Amino acid sequence: MPPNPPRPRTALFVTCLNDTLFPGAGRATVTLLRRLGVEVDFPAAQSCCGQMHFNTGYRKETARLARHFVDTFADYEEIVVPSASCAGTPVEAYPLAAEAAGDRGLARAVAELAPRVVELTRYLTDRLGVEQVGAHFPHRVTYHPTCHSLRATGLGERPHRLLRAVAGIDYVELPAAEECCGFGGTFAVKNPAVSGAMNGDKARHVLETGAHVLAAVDSSCLMNIGGRLTRDGHRVRTLHLAEILARTEQDGPLPGVPVVEAAR
Amino acid sequence: MTRSFLGWPAFPEAAEREVGNRQLRENLGRATGTIRGKRALLAAERPDWEQLRDSAAAIKDQVLAGLEQYLLQVEEKVTAAGGTVHWARDAAEANRIVTDLVRATGEREVVKVKSMLTEEIGLDAALEAAGISARETDLAAAIVQLGDDLPSHVVVPALHRNRTEIRDIFVREMGRHGRPAPEGLTDDPAELADAARLHLREKFLGAKVAVSGANFVVAETGTLVVVESEGNGRMCLTLADTLISVVGIEKTVPTWADLEVFLQLLARNATGERMSPYTSTWTGTTDGDGPRAFHLVLVDNGRTRALADPVGRQALRCIRCGACMNTCPVYRRTGGHAYGSVYPGPIGAILNPLLKGLDEEQTASLPYASTLCGACNEVCPVRIRFTDVLLDLRAQVADGGKHPVERAALGAVGAVMARPAAWKAAVKGAGLVGPLLPARTPVPGWTDNRALPDVPRESFRSWWKRNEGERA
Ligand code: SF4
Repeated sequence: MPPNPPRPRTALFVTCLNDTLFPGAGRATVTLLRRLGVEVDFPAAQSCCGQMHFNTGYRKETARLARHFVDTFADYEEIVVPSASCAGTPVEAYPLAAEAAGDRGLARAVAELAPRVVELTRYLTDRLGVEQVGAHFPHRVTYHPTCHSLRATGLGERPHRLLRAVAGIDYVELPAAEECCGFGGTFAVKNPAVSGAMNGDKARHVLETGAHVLAAVDSSCLMNIGGRLTRDGHRVRTLHLAEILARTEQDGPLPGVPVVEAAR
Repeated sequence: MTRSFLGWPAFPEAAEREVGNRQLRENLGRATGTIRGKRALLAAERPDWEQLRDSAAAIKDQVLAGLEQYLLQVEEKVTAAGGTVHWARDAAEANRIVTDLVRATGEREVVKVKSMLTEEIGLDAALEAAGISARETDLAAAIVQLGDDLPSHVVVPALHRNRTEIRDIFVREMGRHGRPAPEGLTDDPAELADAARLHLREKFLGAKVAVSGANFVVAETGTLVVVESEGNGRMCLTLADTLISVVGIEKTVPTWADLEVFLQLLARNATGERMSPYTSTWTGTTDGDGPRAFHLVLVDNGRTRALADPVGRQALRCIRCGACMNTCPVYRRTGGHAYGSVYPGPIGAILNPLLKGLDEEQTASLPYASTLCGACNEVCPVRIRFTDVLLDLRAQVADGGKHPVERAALGAVGAVMARPAAWKAAVKGAGLVGPLLPARTPVPGWTDNRALPDVPRESFRSWWKRNEGERA
């Protein structure tokens, strides 16, 4: 057997949603991390964390995905996740899934691995110790703190601090920011009327800010709010926070989005 | 006929109907907004707020762990103080006990102090069937009763009504049940309160039998505690000859020192007041003062079933402050009726299935009546972890095989995702829409009110492969 080539200690868990529907968030995460000197690997065996299964009640199915997650990432020292809700799955869901499946080995492996799974903005501010990431984004932006980032992962002001440090940005606060957008995974399809009412209010608040870009750290919630804005004919762009932080002065303004003259 | 939640549709259907009601959403938004604002201010006022919550949760857990012993202590103390204790396993037994007690007095009318438990067990209907009329004396409960309506909130049962609607109910209904509303009644709150006072006072001055609930039962002395804002409760509790209190077994607290913790939390969290205007306490009977006969009916009705659930039992800590529903983004759009129970909102979403089991479609739908946003976790004075319980109940529903089709679909997705080759093929073929969403076809529920995202031409993993190829 030839010796394995040395490989990066940091893995990207891009999440299944970003992989398939929002690859821009994944690409931006890679660009950003590399600019900050982090050599990041993408283990191609990765798939889905199983959060949707867990949240719908399917714990044994979650355990199967947990085993796969552990197998895929066990050798990495840190696993960076551009999603607050998926980053929470190994910590919040896997122990209970392992218990439901009666799999002690999995429980041990999860306990060992989970502390190394870090949400992207926390990784930037706490592990790398940066707030100024060299980004440039001359647009009016508002930010929706997703429920998971706010209450489960406890990101607090981290994303706001990162955003405010972006050169050229015109950052505006979102009214009633801390209120859920109504996505809730399968809630959106199980209770479409209520979900739609919540989402409608969220979209209205976004429009009230006059922002041209809505940012968040969860593509799922952005897909929800963005879907509403698009359906109602509004041109507000939804971007993962990483997509803002990845852009530099050389990239220039984002095509198709009005440029603002903000105080530097 | 007394309306009830019997045969109520499952949450999604009931909620859809309620969400469509503009007036209701406006009333809910206004009312919950006001209470939330006041609560936030008053909670922030206490430097020891988080410690109070810790203590409250710990005391309730202590009670639940030793419930039998505390209940026997209650029985002993109440009996020693001249009261009579009755035990009711379920709603039918509780209703029969109360009906027999009222019958024995020979009275045909009883006054009620607002009690959610008597709503839960359907006492009014049972009394009505026995030819006994029960009149609510709490203003909001009276509004619900006069309007032949159903309660929608644990603290303010008529929260879903605005003052114009209340005025109309008073004008239309008061005359049929006693003193009519004054001529030319407007929707001015003071006028409405006056009209209610005149109408209700007639009731409690004449009543010989009162039925109440209790917020707490202090085990060390066998004392019952009712906390209220209007004083109507105090009148009923003191003016009647016979007082029958119908109380859930989880309402026990060990000592007066423990009670102190809850009295500091309850009013602030429920109504945004430092102290409730009326806190009434009574222990058995006292010669020449208050009711001559006192009956305490201790009701289980599913509580021991909830207690047997290791994750769910924390729901029995609830002190019915209503903060979880005031803060819940789902409740604030559907109102309480969507939950099909006198206990709506986040606590309803967990307590009803725990009390009644998950066999009915209605109760099995409740754990899914949440986005898991977690706002309720932050306000509950007894630190119920709603999201933990909701998730656990969902696992129970899923394990019960209630959703075979969904399980098969998610199982298939899971199987694909756990096999790298299959997952890669699925992603390559059609993005996530391959395994998760049918490509560009409407997704029931989703596309009702949002567009589907565009499917990107290239998945992240193909980009990585291409990009890494270049770097190598
Ligand atoms: S569950 Fe907690 S917040 Fe909700 S009513 Fe009960 S005590 Fe209040």
